[in-house]
Amino acid sequence: MTYNKTHQTVSHIILMLVTLAMIVPLLLLFISSVTDEKILVANGYSFFPEKLSFGAYEYISANSSTIFKAYGITIVATAIGTVVGLLITGMMGFALSIKGLPGKSVISFFVFFTMLFNGGLVPSYIMWTSLGIVNSIWAYVIPFLLTNAFSIILIRSYFASNIPNELYDSAKIDGAGYFRIFMVIGLPLGKPILVTIGLFACLNYWNDWQNGLYFISDPDMLSIQALLNKMNQNMQAVITYTSTSSSAAASLPHVSIRMGIAFVAILPILVMYPFLQKYFASGIMGGAVKG
Amino acid sequence: MNKLIVFKKLKPFLPLYLMMIPCVTYLIINNYIPMVGIISAFKSFKATEGLLGSPWVGLKNFEFLFRTSDIGVIIRNTLLYNVAFILVNNFVGIILAILITGVKNDRLKKVYQSSVLLPFTMSMVVISYVVFAFLSQQNGMLNNSILQNNPVEWYSDATWWPLILTLVQCWKYVGYGALIYIAGISVIDRSLYEAGAIDGAGTWKQMTHITLPALVPSIITLFLLSIGRIFYSDFGLFYLIPQNSGMLFDVTATIDTYVYSALMSPGGIGRSAAAGLVQAIVGFVLVLLVNAIVRKFSSKDAIF
Repeated sequence: MTYNKTHQTVSHIILMLVTLAMIVPLLLLFISSVTDEKILVANGYSFFPEKLSFGAYEYISANSSTIFKAYGITIVATAIGTVVGLLITGMMGFALSIKGLPGKSVISFFVFFTMLFNGGLVPSYIMWTSLGIVNSIWAYVIPFLLTNAFSIILIRSYFASNIPNELYDSAKIDGAGYFRIFMVIGLPLGKPILVTIGLFACLNYWNDWQNGLYFISDPDMLSIQALLNKMNQNMQAVITYTSTSSSAAASLPHVSIRMGIAFVAILPILVMYPFLQKYFASGIMGGAVKG
Repeated sequence: MNKLIVFKKLKPFLPLYLMMIPCVTYLIINNYIPMVGIISAFKSFKATEGLLGSPWVGLKNFEFLFRTSDIGVIIRNTLLYNVAFILVNNFVGIILAILITGVKNDRLKKVYQSSVLLPFTMSMVVISYVVFAFLSQQNGMLNNSILQNNPVEWYSDATWWPLILTLVQCWKYVGYGALIYIAGISVIDRSLYEAGAIDGAGTWKQMTHITLPALVPSIITLFLLSIGRIFYSDFGLFYLIPQNSGMLFDVTATIDTYVYSALMSPGGIGRSAAAGLVQAIVGFVLVLLVNAIVRKFSSKDAIF
């Protein structure tokens, strides 16, 4: 569109206000975590606290073992889940992209139908609990390996339209089987789509609190988001779940500690965001997370 | 003889079938077994006897479900919130997309675009902490600043929650919609605008006569996709953001919070499964219906 100066100015003003509205709430989270507890209790959460204190972060680092453990569980689940999930969806999408594969349409429908109909929470819950993933790292990893069959379809069309058949043919003449072709040609050429889908999977694992809610009762097995959720249900739980001794519990800065742990949970996303945002943007624009 | 031919034909593809096994196995376990598991809606489930061993009870779970006094409220909330979210998100998303694509300064354009997407990357638990920092009865930012003289008991007063939930979900998801519309605008032929400008069309005319008509297919597709999900709700939004407060039940209970709380209450698993099944069937029918309609409008946007 053609815009004159006034239009530009007005757009900038509106968009800067929107940008503030997107960022300021997260700023309140951070400021609350470094507000002195007494001031916090007396004056409430504020953007301009009278006194700052790093008590919450001192507590977090002094009692880091529980929070580190929760962090570790999140990192391990995210790493395993993303790699395994990407590998199984990548292989599936690649196989379905090969021209002339017998049974292709039946298998494609088998994949596609999972997007139309699902059994809902109860059957999944009964099945996963009876398969024994409760209170283990697998409770976080397995239910999220493939949250949307649409990624298979995306990978399939990416391979089908970006890798010329001649490349396969010449690889076959060289004696390479399909598995080698996938490793040597498929993975490198499919990188753009695989990275995008992988980053969405990472985000999905990092932010997952539901599997913790459904399948974890052991406080030692809480992921960082599940820990935050437990603390949400009970203010005092900050201490129960993180402190090794309960003696000085009453004087501890509960309120700012909660905010501190929440901030620590989003810190990796904030730090990586400048690098990640273009992948998220292109993924959404390309329909990577459709439906 | 015949078998040998089939085998010879399939043999080169064998590695491909092997590569599909992990994913197919996962889909069977994660998706197809639970589809069979919907029989739990017709059983009185006992963990000790397993799903197959538990006794059949016919439609009793559904009778329980529809006798729940709040079932009307729950369905109403699910539908009305979805309608509100569809309207607000698309409206705000289109405006943001038009504003952002019109920005000439490339660096600021990037800043705006990435900042509207930032909340999308935050987990609902963290967002519930942020909302709590604003609304907490004793420590909340609002009750301690602009509402100091007449504080609101946010977590027990239902008045403002329809607005709060709409705002929170718009904040989290509007960037997603805006990006889809930005993608839609970016493929519009530049020469259309130049031709429009020569013919004397101002910014407003260009928007209503070029940009919006070009976005219609994306608008219809997004709209219909959300209609297909109108019986579903964002569990995290309705469960975590109101801190699961019972006093807000009338304006925060949806089918998904019902499915969860019934599952967790003693003897409620049957009702929960029944509600989930109703949701899945309505969802299935709506998706088929919606897709048939999309195909009529613009076949390339149809999902299948």
